[in-house]
Amino acid sequence: MNAAAVPVWVELAVAVLLLISAALALASAWGLARLGDFFSRMHVPALTATLGVWCVSVAAVLYFSALEGRLELRYWVIALLMSITVPITTVLLARAGLFRMRQQKQPGVPPPVRLRRLPDRSPH
Amino acid sequence: MSTWLQYVIYITTASYGIAMTLALWRALRGPTAQDRVLAVDFITVVGMLLMLVIGIHYASSTYFEPALLLALLGFVSSAACAKFLLRGEVIE
Repeated sequence: MNAAAVPVWVELAVAVLLLISAALALASAWGLARLGDFFSRMHVPALTATLGVWCVSVAAVLYFSALEGRLELRYWVIALLMSITVPITTVLLARAGLFRMRQQKQPGVPPPVRLRRLPDRSPH
Repeated sequence: MSTWLQYVIYITTASYGIAMTLALWRALRGPTAQDRVLAVDFITVVGMLLMLVIGIHYASSTYFEPALLLALLGFVSSAACAKFLLRGEVIE
């Protein structure tokens, strides 16, 4: 750990970003443990998966750029990957939860959308 | 690395530990299967963040690859579990 070359403002920025991400992770876990419904619980991990991941990756980019004296952008790959994959997981889990709640005939579950067939307007 | 940044990293790591413990409690207790999948996915994301923070702590970029692997595997396993809950099989 011969990291004496890192300037103070970079360390300050890294510390602030890490503390923000720690607070977001705690808030997400608290919501995950306390909220009473599956669909209420589903939206809290997004706090960590978006802003928390971005904070930590920006902190890593700043710190390693200052440490090695060149631009280290590869930590943003993780944030980009998370921003692509998290919505897919969320949508799949929401569909699975809805499907299972409908299968168990629980009250308060919205019914499936029925598509109405439009009248045929072709000239033939 | 200055001493106060070390303490900040300790605080961050402890917060991640508490968050993972709470999510593990939800995964063990969770009334439905999708709650457990959600909690395990959250644990994976926080573990990935933990890898990045440990990399900053040791000032080593070796921890980039474990973080990337955890992000990828977390996505694949959560998507497979959700697909299994939705259809009863992973690959149709």
